[in-house]
Amino acid sequence: MEEILKILKDRFDASEPRARRVDLSFITVPADRAVEAVTWMRDHGEFTHLVMISCIDRIEDGVFELIYLLNDPVAYLDIGICVEIGRDDAEMESMHHLWAVVRVYQRELHEMFGIKFPGSPGVDEPMILEGWDDIPPMRRDFDTLEYAERTYYPREGRSTSDPATEMEERSYPLDAGVKLGIKDLARSGYGDKENKTKDRE
Amino acid sequence: MDDRKMKHRSPVPEEELLSPDAFLAPEERGLFCQDRPEPVEPSKVKIVRDFCNWAQANSIFILAFGTGCGAIEMRPLFTARYDISRYGMFPRPTPRMSSLFIIGGYASVKTMKRIVRSYEQMQNPKFVMGLGSCTVNGGMYYDSYNTVKRLDHYIPVDAYVAGCMPRPESLIAGFRRIKKLIMEGKAEGANEYAKNFEWYKRNQRRIIKDWNMPEYNW
Repeated sequence: MEEILKILKDRFDASEPRARRVDLSFITVPADRAVEAVTWMRDHGEFTHLVMISCIDRIEDGVFELIYLLNDPVAYLDIGICVEIGRDDAEMESMHHLWAVVRVYQRELHEMFGIKFPGSPGVDEPMILEGWDDIPPMRRDFDTLEYAERTYYPREGRSTSDPATEMEERSYPLDAGVKLGIKDLARSGYGDKENKTKDRE
Repeated sequence: MDDRKMKHRSPVPEEELLSPDAFLAPEERGLFCQDRPEPVEPSKVKIVRDFCNWAQANSIFILAFGTGCGAIEMRPLFTARYDISRYGMFPRPTPRMSSLFIIGGYASVKTMKRIVRSYEQMQNPKFVMGLGSCTVNGGMYYDSYNTVKRLDHYIPVDAYVAGCMPRPESLIAGFRRIKKLIMEGKAEGANEYAKNFEWYKRNQRRIIKDWNMPEYNW
């Protein structure tokens, strides 16, 4: 683990590794060296298994952070290769030639974050969102609640009915009324000691 | 029921319905029936009407189409434990053979397209049961960008089974409710769909942006 992180740092201009566990570390690699680094990891570093490609929308820094999580199935080690790309007109080199499954991840990232992967097969085809015409929905500047209320018809009167309260009110309306009244009084600050004494006087 | 009467007056942007061929590829035109659905009035003779309702209520065939996570509850329902064949119900493989469509939980826009298609391919009389809270008001997906909130704006729904997830017992209660509605002659979803066809189409087209299927699919 240590040697591999050191090689990554020396050869691929990677940052200081951030160790999360003994067997899990993250390291940031410049975007133009990422494909080289991942290829080297797969072919010479024994990290033959791609666990997943994830994306974080760091809107404060104006970057998307792509994380290629690689696994060494023999030594049980994980290394996450982080790549930061600009948020405006985001584009990343495709890695579909390394693992066949990458094209699916890239298709999903293109759909959900709008990251372009030139050359990746079928990357423009819709996966889940057929005919989507808004900004990609997993970006943090996309307001899902506002979109949902604008597009789908909200039903009025969304309320809860707790079975315990409901049955109490139905079976013992008087008792339940008194109980609720006391609760309301307590909530409105009537249960304070000073108020109580004043009330008695 | 008041809700159902009111809803067809809700403000929806008026868009002109395009011709049935507008969205189809040239080689697919002419493969689909272009007639619109027409409401079928029940018989005027009471005894015939009652007989039809009785027959429909006792031969409910379910479309075996699991549209969401709620479909997991249909397996125990069909198999030995809750065996619904004792009520004369049975899952059927195609929409043409079935009369009850169970929308099992959340319906995303992509699924909604398939739901509309399957629903329109079913023969009259047809009934729809919304299963789970998501079909009622969105449930836990109330702020999702991809899940419809009110199923009854896109296809007519006869009964809802609330819960997340409803147990198979609740589903059986829902079947009893549907049966009761059919016996009373109140489960007129297919006629309602035909009468308010344009309203439903407008709502559907508002969410299904890439409409590449015929106007009416039967």
